[in-house]
Amino acid sequence: MGVNQADIMKETTVLQAPKKNRTVQKWLKDNMFSSWLNTFFTIALTILLFFLFKVILSWVLFSADWTVVSVHLKLLLAGQYPNAELWRVFLCIFLLSLLTGFSSGIWNGTMTQLGLFFAGLLALCLALPFVSVEAKIWNAASLLVLVCGYFGGKKLPLKKTVLFSWLMLFPVTIFLLSGFGILPKVGTNLWGGFLLTLLLAVVAIVASFPLGVLLALGRRSRLPAIKYFCVCYIEFIRGIPLITILYVAQLMVPLFLGQGIELNNAVRAMIGMTLFSAAYLAENVRGGLQSIPSGQYEASHALGFSTPLMTFFIILPQALRAVIPAMVGQFIAIFKDTTLVTIVGIIDILGMAQNVAKNPTFLGKEMELFLFVAAVFFVFCSMLSYVSRRLERSLGVGER
Amino acid sequence: MNNTAPFWRSRRFKPVLLQLLFVVIAGICLFYFINNALTGLKRLGLPLDFGFLQSTASFDISGDKLIDYSATDPYSRAILVGLFNTLRVAVLGIMFATILGVILGIARLSNNWLVRNTSKVFVEIFRNTPLLVQMIIWFSAVFLMLPLIENSYVFAGTVFFSNRGIAIPWFQTTSATWIWLVCVATAILLAITVWKWRLKLQTETGKRKYPSLWAVGVTAAAMIVPLLLTSAGPFHVTMPEVNPNGRSFAGGFVISPSFASVLIALVMYTSAFIAEIVRAGIMGVSKGQLEAAQALGLKSSTTLRLVVFPQAFRIIIPPLTSQYLNLTKNSSLAVAVGYPEIVHVGNTILNQSGRAIQMITIMIICYLTVSLLTSLFMNIFNKYTQLAER
Repeated sequence: MGVNQADIMKETTVLQAPKKNRTVQKWLKDNMFSSWLNTFFTIALTILLFFLFKVILSWVLFSADWTVVSVHLKLLLAGQYPNAELWRVFLCIFLLSLLTGFSSGIWNGTMTQLGLFFAGLLALCLALPFVSVEAKIWNAASLLVLVCGYFGGKKLPLKKTVLFSWLMLFPVTIFLLSGFGILPKVGTNLWGGFLLTLLLAVVAIVASFPLGVLLALGRRSRLPAIKYFCVCYIEFIRGIPLITILYVAQLMVPLFLGQGIELNNAVRAMIGMTLFSAAYLAENVRGGLQSIPSGQYEASHALGFSTPLMTFFIILPQALRAVIPAMVGQFIAIFKDTTLVTIVGIIDILGMAQNVAKNPTFLGKEMELFLFVAAVFFVFCSMLSYVSRRLERSLGVGER
Repeated sequence: MNNTAPFWRSRRFKPVLLQLLFVVIAGICLFYFINNALTGLKRLGLPLDFGFLQSTASFDISGDKLIDYSATDPYSRAILVGLFNTLRVAVLGIMFATILGVILGIARLSNNWLVRNTSKVFVEIFRNTPLLVQMIIWFSAVFLMLPLIENSYVFAGTVFFSNRGIAIPWFQTTSATWIWLVCVATAILLAITVWKWRLKLQTETGKRKYPSLWAVGVTAAAMIVPLLLTSAGPFHVTMPEVNPNGRSFAGGFVISPSFASVLIALVMYTSAFIAEIVRAGIMGVSKGQLEAAQALGLKSSTTLRLVVFPQAFRIIIPPLTSQYLNLTKNSSLAVAVGYPEIVHVGNTILNQSGRAIQMITIMIICYLTVSLLTSLFMNIFNKYTQLAER
């Protein structure tokens, strides 16, 4: 070093960066009217958007009759789940918000945003006038534990407990919802609405994860029998639409399983969605596996790892980390695709909306109903795609 | 040295053993499933053959038919109608989705704030809602809510909107059409030759020779020939009008509500994804290329046309292919709004004849064929545009 920086500063005249003229007119000129063509686009689009907004707003605020949604809110969200047992659903939400609260306290960043989003949803539920008192009390409690959990998570060393609880949440939720004889049984035929949509998506993604990883590993295997089996499976599933797989699951799975094993509609749809999702997940994981430099393989062989040990402790952790954003994208796709179960007669949120639309008291209210369904999906999917983009940045996946 | 490891751990045998194990387990599972299926089918009294395809369908397909079909035709013809309908919506969907997607993708990168953000909002809305919900909204909340046919909403006296469909003016081929077609094809070939010749002249002499202007001029001049020959236009335009009985349209071309909703939903949904692909492709062209083009003094439009697009193309094509495949596969959702494509027709036959396995197999084969053909075609196209490196 030697030379003092301050000395240099004294000798040379430092040119200031030119000040940006940040007035409204300047901004407008730069961003809207910088050229002839831009001016034309701006004006044309403004007129178009003005009329579009006018039509939409006047419809949403004055012409639309939203009572069809508010009256059937429970049906749309929880389906035919018995009212007396509804507390179980709320308990699941309660547990979920507790964990979300703790997690957002422990891991800053994306988790906090998720917690905020979740709190916003709960608060919205509290603010809506037509939500039942029971739901409001439960949601208020959930909101409370979420906030408490956030501050608790910042203070308490609970990282391992929370991680373990996340793993346990799924079986606990299934237990609570179905009862399994300990609580009064609520059959899967009564699950419906958005609850079923969420469950279908979560089951599909959770169950397809190990399957997808195995398929991806199999596709890169050196053993031709395993490799070609995986290639055929993946390419076959990716070549056909989900709806045909759902037909197979509904009509052919009972045949394949033979007499004696009875599966109901929702479970069969879950099997179909899982088999479908596994093929796409496998391709994502394969992308991750391909991004691992061969030095990692060589180093672990040199250290004396056997192939299974190397795969599970060296390769997969790195590969999976690289494909987390892609997997969130996959989850969004599966989440949207769950609506297809309506076609095979399962009453998810869309199926419920279609049933409600047939109600003679509310004829001609299709737009309100389906827009509500679309809005629910939009909120969740935008949140997830935001998370995926953030993860991509924080994991530095896109930059490699 | 004595090899102490047991033979099943030796390098030669382990893979063979593992594969054998895999094949045996997979075989047992497959045998179990197929055996179950066969006994189940026998119990239900359903044979496993495709003979039923020749029996009479006895259901009608209303509206969208590309080939003649009536209820007395066999099942196989109904399936063919369905397949053609799938292809029709897929081809049109791919065309429109590409156009809209490219426009949206370029708009996403515009320096105009309003254009950029309008495109962004559009993409976000249509990407983040399920396609099926969109399709059902278009069908049951938009097209079926249009007025009855006798009080159709008429736009500019030519386009009729009603809940029976949208009637638009359409072209009718006349005897002159073929002469026109031949002449236009010749004119285009001629124009390309002239364009190449002028361009070559321009590069050789370094003076402006206006190749594009010449090409347009040649085409226009060549158009006079069929006009003189036939003294008629290339086709005859028929205007739609409501039949006196008020049940249907006469003349023009009627777009059925189910077809319109399927097409619009597919185009909107897929174009949102294509927009993101186009944007990523354009942004993926390295900055140095742009700077080099500017340093060489190219105009911004020329830079886009000659430097950015050819390179962005290479990035865009593989993901675009998978979007095309997705669109084709997604056209199967049309079953929910009653557009008679292959899954809808197959479902009807399946319910009528009870031949679930056969019908599902036929559907799967159709989609696999279409998917494989599309990816084959796109792969050839991809090879053609890829950079020839080393």
